[in-house]
Amino acid sequence: MHLNCVVNGEPRQVDNVWPGESLLYTLRERMGLPGSKNACEQGECGSCTVYLDEVPVCACLVPAGQAQGRRVRTVEGLAEATQLDPVQRAFLEAGAVQCGFCTPGLIITVHDLLRRNPRPTDEDIREALAGNLCRCTGYEKILDAVRLAAAESEVR
Amino acid sequence: MTTRMIGEPIPRREDPRLVTGQGRYLDDLGAGALQVAFVRSPHAHARIVDIDVTDALDVDGLVAIYTYEDLAAADEAGSSHLSEPLPLLIPHPDLTHPRTAYPLARDEVNHVGEPVVMVVATDRYVAEDVCDRIRVNYEVLPAVVGLDAAIEATHLVHPDIPGNIGAHMVQERGDARAAIAAAPHRLELDLEIERSASMPMEGRGVYARWDADDRTLRVYTSTQAATSVRAAIAAKLAVPIDRVEVIAPDVGGGFGVKVVHPWPEEVLIPWAAMRLGREVKWTEDRREHFISSAHERGQKQKVRVGFDDDGRLLGMEFQVWHDHGAYTPYGLIVPIITTTQVLGPYKPGAYRGEFWSLYTNTVIVTPYRGAGRPQGCFAMERTMDAIADYLGLDRTVVRERNFIQPEEMPYDHGLVFQDGRGLVYDSGNYPALLDKLKALVGWDSFAEYAEQARAEGRRVGIGLACYVEGTGVGPYEGAHVRVETTGEVVVATGLTTQGQGHQTMLAQIVADELGVPVERVTVTTGDTRRFKYAVGTFASRTAVMSGNAAALAARKVRAKALRIASEALEVDPSDLEIVDGVVRVRGVPSSPGAKTEIPLSTVAVLSNPLRYAFDAEAARATQFAVGGSSEEPPVAEDDEPGLEAVDYYSPPRSTFAAGMHAAIVETDPETAEIKVLRYCVVHDCGNLINPRIVEGQIHGGVAQGVGGALYERMVYDSAGQLLNASFMDFLMPYASEVPTVETDHLQTPSPLNPLGVKGAGEAGVIPAAAVFASAISDAEGFAITRMPISPSELFELRERFAAGEIPPLRSRSGHISGEGRFVRAKEDSR
Repeated sequence: MHLNCVVNGEPRQVDNVWPGESLLYTLRERMGLPGSKNACEQGECGSCTVYLDEVPVCACLVPAGQAQGRRVRTVEGLAEATQLDPVQRAFLEAGAVQCGFCTPGLIITVHDLLRRNPRPTDEDIREALAGNLCRCTGYEKILDAVRLAAAESEVR
Repeated sequence: MTTRMIGEPIPRREDPRLVTGQGRYLDDLGAGALQVAFVRSPHAHARIVDIDVTDALDVDGLVAIYTYEDLAAADEAGSSHLSEPLPLLIPHPDLTHPRTAYPLARDEVNHVGEPVVMVVATDRYVAEDVCDRIRVNYEVLPAVVGLDAAIEATHLVHPDIPGNIGAHMVQERGDARAAIAAAPHRLELDLEIERSASMPMEGRGVYARWDADDRTLRVYTSTQAATSVRAAIAAKLAVPIDRVEVIAPDVGGGFGVKVVHPWPEEVLIPWAAMRLGREVKWTEDRREHFISSAHERGQKQKVRVGFDDDGRLLGMEFQVWHDHGAYTPYGLIVPIITTTQVLGPYKPGAYRGEFWSLYTNTVIVTPYRGAGRPQGCFAMERTMDAIADYLGLDRTVVRERNFIQPEEMPYDHGLVFQDGRGLVYDSGNYPALLDKLKALVGWDSFAEYAEQARAEGRRVGIGLACYVEGTGVGPYEGAHVRVETTGEVVVATGLTTQGQGHQTMLAQIVADELGVPVERVTVTTGDTRRFKYAVGTFASRTAVMSGNAAALAARKVRAKALRIASEALEVDPSDLEIVDGVVRVRGVPSSPGAKTEIPLSTVAVLSNPLRYAFDAEAARATQFAVGGSSEEPPVAEDDEPGLEAVDYYSPPRSTFAAGMHAAIVETDPETAEIKVLRYCVVHDCGNLINPRIVEGQIHGGVAQGVGGALYERMVYDSAGQLLNASFMDFLMPYASEVPTVETDHLQTPSPLNPLGVKGAGEAGVIPAAAVFASAISDAEGFAITRMPISPSELFELRERFAAGEIPPLRSRSGHISGEGRFVRAKEDSR
């Protein structure tokens, strides 16, 4: 089947999409967007989190066909030209990245959290991140990054 | 003055790529490559009767199916060695019955997940469809699962290995049994730790390209040991090693599991690529990672100690039954570490360490962050708590009395460590660490807090654990440092990185040594095209090994730069310094273009007598006259063109880091839920290169420790099926489970290396199980002897405690005389 959708602001058409194929597979293998990661294919780790019509989803659980006519936004589409998104900048500044494999999903999740709740409490943050596994950081500096991004967006 | 970079918590140079989705991990490479899936054994122990591929052959997109027979035929036709068992990486005289797997199973499978058939297809979906249509007939054999079954040996994993015993090893200093027998007090502990696993977010993966014109094989693999994989591929596939390139791209975590090499897939994928003349890739999925990579931790232990009235150890006997799974590719490293590092910061009196390394029909056991240390720490720290309880002493007091003192350094335990060298601690200050920990957690005021909590109907407990960690294991690492004519500095080291920030840490070292801004230094790791001699990333060794190698190589480059600059500026080298990438006369204010200074970029141009004026740097260099008279060769006999150097660092023995953790927990009186109220860490890894990176390592280690203590286990049924082989069922901690970690550092430099550093990678994870056992015991009033512990297990223990089946801690019951006996694991079996 053909898939037409808008990815990171650009209209895309992909041919020969198999109905059983996941959105994650389509993004990674057919659209040249390997930023979203595949770590469990079960919706448990959140590494593949992308926006689908501005709602964060696990791309591994969404059949590609579901994206027909909709907007997808991945970690590759968050920065504006050379300007990093405040969440990306906060991850950098807080030292919230180690191996980086979970990072793309976490950045989308945090981005979504701060849009919904610009001033989250620590409890809100832990709750919001509880669908994203990270094996490297112990989350401590990721929490720092969220606090930093929240504080910065408040200043703006 | 250039800001000194060593010791600065600068942001990581890796991260701009990683936060924008520009990281390139194994599965991000090789778009369009053929994809591999494996038929893996569904049985823990079985004989392969036959393999029928008939139904699979007409699947659209199938490219090739390979079994062991194909490997044997290829060996016969050519000079490959794929029909032989995979190598035993670390042989040991006490490993009397080693066994390694074949790349694809031959006749027999010994754990669920062992690869049997390799399928190559146009994509992974097709490859998996083909796997589903291949029928393997098995004759199922009895499975040996768990240490009890292995010890009982009613059934054997390998029929020719009696008692399922791969190795039996004893190390002794003094006569421990006699010392224990003669001691005023004795205790015996039976302890147990279950299996867990490294479980990096990125699984393993291999992608290979064969260039038939160039006769070159390039292999990308998600490994911790690129140079060793290269050597293994060259040997197994009979390709001259000079024609093999192995590259570890961005690696999504390792924690030990990726140091094993070659994994079967690391030889099979390049073999298929050469055979098919096509690019071939395999990416491990999560279930494969659970059942086909490696686990660790599973041990049963018995401790016997004798001690005096003050709680000083007089003798200790430590017996370990270590479950190493179906094969032993990594030798005895884990149990050797357990039975040596058990000693921690203490003087044990006479010591006897003994282990049996046993076969089971389960996934192989190889080092996972901590590599046997968490188990050893658990044993010793449970013992310290038991002694304290027995004598009615504060737990910190017993520890203090047994510490090796700073003035006793270097301290020789008289044992042989994992590297075959003496177990000799180079430096450390354990009393100071304990003081810091007590202050940080508020040890002395806890009793008051606990009393208050009890009055409110809450149960809280405090626990602590101490460890010493051998880090920076040899034999060597090397580094190459070059100043380009642009002034950019490129550094390469052969070991690999899996997210530890090595590229930043090494850049900081080189920036300081050379006197250049850190932004101008670029580091490459794990690429055999750039550096061919290396050992790998494990045993918290990168900062110590590659860090010092990079410093030494940079010093050589600096010396050469000063020599060339001194000729150009006609100044004695000793009057020169390098600041911000410019060589200048000491004490003379910067004045670009003056004859008192010369940029390193220009020095790099001058270092090469061939100077085509490709760029401004080369043009600028023409103003300087260097080199001898026209009678001498343009490159002097003892010189080389280029501003670069290679150097190696090879230590006499490991350097020993140390740390102490404390936790305060609250256990729900009704549900037995275990809540971590505080977690405190004091840590000494010598001089800090990047404190932020070190902190991140500690936080991550603690998180894995929390997982290993409270959540993670490998649940095998009696048939050898792993029942929780997914992130849904194997409970790795999320942000909702990991406590805030409070940290404090002590810096006791290592006298063994130029930078005075010790490793930091594994520290956080080592004492966690011991800390939680200590704290939960304190909250509950009875000893915890088995980890991990879940609320339902704690609930059951409480019921048995209430029924009088488990004795109370003696300090609680007020009964502290007579021969003591800690809770025995046998009585404690669930």
